[in-house]
Amino acid sequence: MPNFFTDNSDLLFQFNRLDLKEIVQLTEEDFHQAEKFTYAPINYEDAIENYKKILEVVGDIASNFIAPRAASVDEEGASFHEGKVKYAKGTKESLDLLSKAELMGMILPREYGGLNFPTTIYMMAVELISRADASLMNIFGLQDIAKTISQFANEQLKEEFLPSFSSGKYTGAMALTEPDAGSDLQAVKLSAYQDENGKWFLRGVKRFITNGNGEVLLVLARTEAGTKDARGLSMFACYGDGTVKVRRIEHKLGIHGSPTCELQFNDTPAFLVGERRFGLLKYVIYLMNRARVGIGAQSLGISQAAYEEALNYAKAREQFGKPISQLPVVSNMLVDMRVTLEANRSLFYQTSLWLDRKEKYEELFERLKAEKKSLAEVNEKVKEAGKVTAFLTPLTKYVLSESANKIAYDALQIHGGTGYMKEFKVERLARDARITNIYEGTSQMQIVAAAGGAINDVLSEYFDVWDKKEYKGSIAQLLSHLHEIRQIYFECLKYLKDKKDKSFQEIAAKDIVEIYGYLYVGYLLLQEANSDNRKIFTARRYILDALAKSLKNQETIKSELYSDVIHADTILQ
Amino acid sequence: MSYKSIVLVKQVPDTANISGQVMKEDGTVNRALLPAIFNHEDRVALEMALQIKDNFGGEVAAVTMGPPRASDVLRECLFMGADDAYLISDRKFAGADTLATSYVLSEAIKKIGDYDFIFAGRQAIDGDTAQVGPQTAEKLGIPQVTYAQEILNINGKKAVIKKKIEGGYEILEAALPVLVTVLKDAVFPRPYKAKRVMSYKNAKTLLELEKLAEGNSLLYIDQLKHEYISKHLYINTMTMDDLKLDADRCGVAGSPTKVHKIESVVLAGNKHEHIEPTKTGIGALIDKLMEDHIFG
Repeated sequence: MPNFFTDNSDLLFQFNRLDLKEIVQLTEEDFHQAEKFTYAPINYEDAIENYKKILEVVGDIASNFIAPRAASVDEEGASFHEGKVKYAKGTKESLDLLSKAELMGMILPREYGGLNFPTTIYMMAVELISRADASLMNIFGLQDIAKTISQFANEQLKEEFLPSFSSGKYTGAMALTEPDAGSDLQAVKLSAYQDENGKWFLRGVKRFITNGNGEVLLVLARTEAGTKDARGLSMFACYGDGTVKVRRIEHKLGIHGSPTCELQFNDTPAFLVGERRFGLLKYVIYLMNRARVGIGAQSLGISQAAYEEALNYAKAREQFGKPISQLPVVSNMLVDMRVTLEANRSLFYQTSLWLDRKEKYEELFERLKAEKKSLAEVNEKVKEAGKVTAFLTPLTKYVLSESANKIAYDALQIHGGTGYMKEFKVERLARDARITNIYEGTSQMQIVAAAGGAINDVLSEYFDVWDKKEYKGSIAQLLSHLHEIRQIYFECLKYLKDKKDKSFQEIAAKDIVEIYGYLYVGYLLLQEANSDNRKIFTARRYILDALAKSLKNQETIKSELYSDVIHADTILQ
Repeated sequence: MSYKSIVLVKQVPDTANISGQVMKEDGTVNRALLPAIFNHEDRVALEMALQIKDNFGGEVAAVTMGPPRASDVLRECLFMGADDAYLISDRKFAGADTLATSYVLSEAIKKIGDYDFIFAGRQAIDGDTAQVGPQTAEKLGIPQVTYAQEILNINGKKAVIKKKIEGGYEILEAALPVLVTVLKDAVFPRPYKAKRVMSYKNAKTLLELEKLAEGNSLLYIDQLKHEYISKHLYINTMTMDDLKLDADRCGVAGSPTKVHKIESVVLAGNKHEHIEPTKTGIGALIDKLMEDHIFG
């Protein structure tokens, strides 16, 4: 029986390579929960064994249960009749099975029925599910909503909601977007008001809400009447009861299994999550960062599926007397896809690890603060992890979602005319991939978010450390290419700073973020090549390609390509 | 009223994934090269037992006779929800046919004790005999219902069971205890439960504990055993001596079935059949090919 975890040598490579000691230590503290829960680990090795076993279970369900249903889910899609949303049959069956397998609360504390897994391991599960059916990820991946409640809500709310999230009885939705507040969430209008007893109610409209029919909704609402910015927004949890009307669901290009709802809140009773006025500034940022990493996992899963389709097709399809996989042009495309996939996976799990680090140290900080203990050391770690994730999260979302599109595009291309037909899986993958670089912040927004980190050279210390390592033979040659890219980076940065043209800088931010991303991933692959010979090929192709692209980005900036944008009105006439 | 079930399970070679290297020159299978898996119909049997437990309460014990590594399927039974597991293992059981196997299983069941139901898959994918279940029922002197599709009703000491027969179904009422062999699509087996996987992943048989304690004293093995029992991680283990069995009825000695000849069949067409080019026609073809284990 195939298994999406054990059949994926590169995912296993990353799993075995991940250094989770610090994270497991922070997640399990002194492994004291082993006394209370038979399934809690007793030490580090036991924790890793648990993660592995559970990923095997997820891989089995993904490949043998979810994947065979994906085509019919796509065809049937979520539907809407008389105000009620209905999942496709396959979606419902898969969710039921995942609930029975106790996989719907992977990152929730054990006290509330969860497995207390690190985010990094959960993200591996999300990758596996996405490879099977990208649209199911939109519901499976909403565990982050429960996690947000777990992180910020009071004890009473946690008791109220979390056990049913863990058991799979409740699914969630995050209701942020409104017709006039998409990328610009500060403009959210949906209002929250209190009655004389202090109870909160919600009134207004939300749009494009993934799984808006869920049992529990996290809603961003304006509590401070008259305000117009982020400081007037708070976060609420409410039930998707009779007061929440689903007005319609969208008919989409892809991810048909995931219902996208327009919601109308008619004086819906709600619970305030955390503190007033921190809705967008703290809680949505937390949720959004996790969701963006989640989309990275979804992109990776789609990419893996598309690559596999292309590879299998190219091996089976014969033209000119041999399988097309043996044609140099096709085989070059396949190598390109595979190298991109591996580079992306490497970046992705480092980002997940940094996110884990950031959140766990933040939790530790709060605990120490409550116990009035020394904070200086932990504070440093929180700051460092915050700085790194602030760059890596948007970078990862940007790179992986754009790649998923490119890989699905190439996979379809390798299929030729056949790939354009509904009978083959690859057209679905190409459609499903298309949303990944739009939702949870478009690629353009990710560039804005990553630009600060790229301009401030936030990873320089890590590059310096990696520079001092020893590299053998051809790997040392690759290091010198990374140095060239670093030089290009400095020169571009200087050019932009000297130019002092804000709109030019905004456009060129994409070039800088890309170059800086190539550097980081290049160094990661160099480490991998140092310990695994096969990975030398991956590093070689990635870094040579990165150098070529960096040179192009540099040329684009220095040739002043973008300076005609001030004449856009004339050009676009 | 609650019910106790015993489920007979078997670890089998994964015959769905036979490749060229697996078949030996003489037409026999090189088992070492095949991954060992949980016989699917036995998983269905376990699910049926677990559903009775869910609905009426009670207990479910899984039993397998096999080599030491058959403990894998018992752990998988624990992952699904079995309360107890028993490995019946002894070198002297090797080479057993269905007669010898059912003798050992029936004696083990007598030792395990009280039960209302015994469930088993219709047949295992390696031998395809479908005899072990019925023979076990005979030796225990209890009624049997084979090819069960559904348990329609359980009331007191009686169960009403729907059984598949050629061209239709039979509805039977059986007095408990009863042995039931189930069809592959009778119920859909539940997945392994994450918390149980983590809880029972280190469950061990006595044979595995002996291996763990290698070189150490018997006293140490006893200690280990108690430790595993107290942590609910002990898989009950029974040997020929534990069951006080008649050696002449076990293993090769107790197996009258002798393989007369093994023929390596080369598949070649000798007749043809017309398949209607419709969804139904092709569906029937696929069913037939799967039934014949040509694929699937």
